[in-house]
Parts: sequence; C-alpha cells; structure tokens
Amino acid sequence: MNARPGAGEALALEEGSTAVGLEERPLPARVGRDGGRRVRVAAGQGFWGDWQEAPKLQVRRGPIDYLMLDYLAEITMSIMQKQRDRNPNAGYARDFVPLMDDLVRDLLEREIRVVSNAGGVNPEACRAELGFAFADESLPRRPRVAVITGDDLMDSLDDLLAAGHELRHMETGEPLSAVRDRVAAANAYLGAEPIIEALRQEADIVVAGRSTDTALTYAPLMHEFSWPADDWDRLAHGVVAGHINECGCQASGGNSLVDWREIDLTLPGYPIIEAEEDGTFVVTKHPELGGRVTWATVAEQIVYELGDPREYITPDVIADFSTIRLRDLGRDRVRVDGVAGRSRTDKLKVSIAYHDGFKAVGALTYAWPDAVDKARRADEILRGRLRHLGLEFDEIRTEIVGAGACHGPLAGTPSDDLPEVTLRVGVRSPDRRAVSRFSREIAPLILAGPPTVTGFAGGRPRVREVVAYWPALIDRGVVEGNVKVETMEL
Amino acid sequence: MRLGEVAFARSGDKGDTANVGLIAFRPSIYPFLVKEVTAERVKHHFQGICEGEVERFELPNLRALNFRLHRSLGGGGTVSLMLDAQGKTFATALLRMEIDVPDHLLDRTD
Repeated sequence: MNARPGAGEALALEEGSTAVGLEERPLPARVGRDGGRRVRVAAGQGFWGDWQEAPKLQVRRGPIDYLMLDYLAEITMSIMQKQRDRNPNAGYARDFVPLMDDLVRDLLEREIRVVSNAGGVNPEACRAELGFAFADESLPRRPRVAVITGDDLMDSLDDLLAAGHELRHMETGEPLSAVRDRVAAANAYLGAEPIIEALRQEADIVVAGRSTDTALTYAPLMHEFSWPADDWDRLAHGVVAGHINECGCQASGGNSLVDWREIDLTLPGYPIIEAEEDGTFVVTKHPELGGRVTWATVAEQIVYELGDPREYITPDVIADFSTIRLRDLGRDRVRVDGVAGRSRTDKLKVSIAYHDGFKAVGALTYAWPDAVDKARRADEILRGRLRHLGLEFDEIRTEIVGAGACHGPLAGTPSDDLPEVTLRVGVRSPDRRAVSRFSREIAPLILAGPPTVTGFAGGRPRVREVVAYWPALIDRGVVEGNVKVETMEL
Repeated sequence: MRLGEVAFARSGDKGDTANVGLIAFRPSIYPFLVKEVTAERVKHHFQGICEGEVERFELPNLRALNFRLHRSLGGGGTVSLMLDAQGKTFATALLRMEIDVPDHLLDRTD
C-alpha cells in the first residue's frame, strides 16, 4: 500500500498548498472573500430515512442561511402514491413534520429558510399537517409555508398520450402505452422557478413535490444573487453544489473509501455550500462536528451516480462536470470553480412508476464445515421442489452471502473453511400465487435439508409488489403552465 | 498490483446501469489509468456481472474516469433480486483489477 502514502493528507497538500490564505478563512456572517455576500445552503437529508439528527445539528451548531432537505429517490414517489391511495391525507415524507415542529422556533429566530421536496405526491396534506404541528402560540411569528404543485401528471396522463406525447422509456425507447394500465405514479421533475417564486413570496418553509434534487440547493442561490435564468455558467456551479449536497453525508466523509478508519462519523457534520455571487463556492461543514470535507470526499461524491460528465442535464441548465476544478483549502474546506454550463433543453424528465409483478427473497444460514457446499445443495433442493410444484418465475436468483454475493466471480473461489455463509434466494413473477408459494418453501429446508442450518427467525419471506421505474421526457410547456406556488401563514 | 493501490472509487446506479467513478490518488497516475483502464478492459473484468456495454468518460480535472456498466443490476431498482441492486459495491470490485504500474510512476511523490 506504499504507492499511496497517507492518501488523504497528500491529496490535501498537493491540491491546496498555495491556497490556504487569509481570504479563505470561514467568516461568521454572510460575507464573501471580496466583502460581497456569501450564501450558505446546508444539506440536512439525503433520502427519506436519512439521519434525523443531521438537520438539527446543521441549524443549531453553526450559521447557515438555508436548510436543504432531499427526500425523494426514483422509487419514493410510487411508495408515497401507494400510501395516498390508502389514505387521502398521506403520501408525503411523514418524518418531515415532527422535524419541522422541533426546529421551527430556531428557524424563525435564526432566519433560516427550509427548501424541501418533502411534499411527495401530496404537498397540501403535508402543509395541513404542519399547520397542526405549529400550534405553539409563543413562536416569534407565524411561519409561512409554500406549497408547489403541478408536477403530478397522473390525472392528465391519458390526455397527454392522446395528444401524442408517447412518454417513451429513456433507455428502451418503448412507448408508455405498453404499460399504461399498470401506471401507479407520474411526476415531472420541476426546476428552480417555482422554488424561487416561493422564496419571493417570503416562504420560511418550501414544500415541493417532485422537485429536481439539485434545484433544492441552486434555487436559493439564484434567488439570493438574482442570477439570470440564462446565466449558464453560474447555474452550472449551482448544479454541482446541488449534486454535492443531495446525498447528505456522502460528501462529508460518509461512505468515503479514503481514510475511512480515521473519519469520525458518530456525529458527522453534513455538507454546507458557501456560495458567492459569481457562482463559485466552498464545500465545508460545521467545525465542531465529525465527518470530513477534503478533495477526496468531494471528488468521490461528484462521480457518484454520474452519467456522461459533459452532459449533466437538469431542468434549468446542462452542466459540464468535466470542467469542475477542486482545491483543498485545508480545515474541511474545498473550493469549487471553473464549471461550464450550456442552454437548458425544451424537455422535462418525467418519473413514472408502474406495477411490474411480485417478488420475494428468502435466506438461511449454514455453518462450518463445508458451509458453501451445504448452501449450494439447499439451493438445488429448493429449485427441485419449485419445479415439482410446476411454478414458473421470470427469474430465480441465488446468491451466497459471505462467498461472493457482492463481487461475484471477481471474489475468487470461496474457501471450504468459511465459518458460515447465508443462502439468499429471490424469485420474481407476474403471478402473486407463485411468489407466495415460494415463500413457504424456505422453512421446510430447516428440517428437510442439509445440516447446521439456522437464521430463520424472521419468518416466511414477505411477498412484495414490484413497482418499476419508467423514466421519460416531455415538452416542458405541457407541464409548466400548470405549476402553482401558494404561500400561506400557518 | 491491484488498481486499488493507486486509485479510489465510488459507484451507484441509474436503472439497470451501474456507474463507477475511478479517481487516481496522484496526478501522475491519471495518464496511466487513461491508457490502461479502458472500457474493453473493464468489460472483460466484469464478465459474468455486466451483460451489456461499458462506456468510459474522462474527467481530467478530477484525474477521474467514469464508467457506465449497462445491464449489470438484474433489472435495477425495485425489479432486481440482487443483494447489491444499486451497485454500491461495484467500486471496490473494479479496484480488484490487477495492473502493472511502472516503477517510475510509483516512485513519484507528486
């Protein structure tokens, strides 16, 4: 390993040795290097289910101007749609409400505004719930909450298809009509405009639905600095800032390959973007919290879920990630500049979810000796019994956890001396009964299968509905006319 | 030696496509990665895992290469039956690759 002497340290020095100057010291107020304004957008959530303490620490452990909360992944909308189908008052990120209840006094006192896509498929219900939560009469003033709607295309889907919008799958090219009767949710990714409008309406808390993740960070910057909507380079910087923020701790030491043993992630500081009027920015974190911001942690996040770096497409600009320049300034500060952008496209991306059958995954653990052989034999027996039952599946997948489930053949031949392995078998089928029958075939292997087996405490595998993702494009004009922003004092 | 001794990486997913961003520890290593870690080589490395095409993109400013491995995640997203349906562990799978780094590059301290 001596080819990488003190990797993290070397990276910091080599990238930042000339750059740690007086002008780069963190300043207490909203003031930039040249005395100009600096706007701080802090990341608080990177997905629905992220660490609930992170946004509280961002608000209470140091100065920030905006708190960015990203709740939505590709599949989240369909889960929320399912919840709304069952209950008309559900369908948003529920933990957002108690979080805001906990934070609202601090937000108002410190003049921190929240930009979130917590609304999911039901932003109005989310705001109504906030109304109940903010019952405290002693707040310094009543919080203003904006709701953004118009991303939901479910009700107009048939009209769109009839008007010739085919909503072809971006990867396969298939038109949506192929799965129309199974569609569960359809939402357009909205850009910065409605968020900026909400901030103009003096919202303290913005509740959007399917807002583009990166826009939650760059829309506040466009608002604060009055960037023109066609200032492509500045917008492109904002997109990079958004990409760094949108996965929370992944930019500030979480999931970092470099120096992972040395990074304290017990109470990590999530990333904070300190942006300047010209678009350039510094990635940092609150100094007293854990985590780490270095050239390496930021570079790793930049390549995360990246496609063609020259074409990072958002509703507001196409950013060229190959032009990004990073300088490690030391002390958890990384400067980002040089980003080129170009004109936005006339399309918006649409996230469509559709029902695609059922699946179940079962697991059993086999102990030494010959753990892998026992797991393989159990798999053969299981498959034989499924054949005997005449059950057919789109796929049966067997993995042996502990013997190459992650890296497959690259992991090499597993040792016959492993202490234990877990047999993991999954099936998928359009036929719910077949999947359900499979889930009853795992437990019998405990008594009628190879020896030294354990680990069935979880019971029968759960049959889960598969809700698949269908990305498509639509003309932006079709969507944008219906987008509404409404701000209310609660 | 293993690729992981001269570079680090992070991976993720977009549908059934996994992406791996590979970043050189030192600037002098980057041109070597560009020459050696080709799309063909990565496709070969992931045989039995990646069923589709491998695309490669260059980010010289970050001394990074980005690979997209199509048809690698058992259908991807919620459809996939794979333990690692989101390709999170593809990063270190790539870093297993055996490469011959010339001594003069290893001796550099840039």
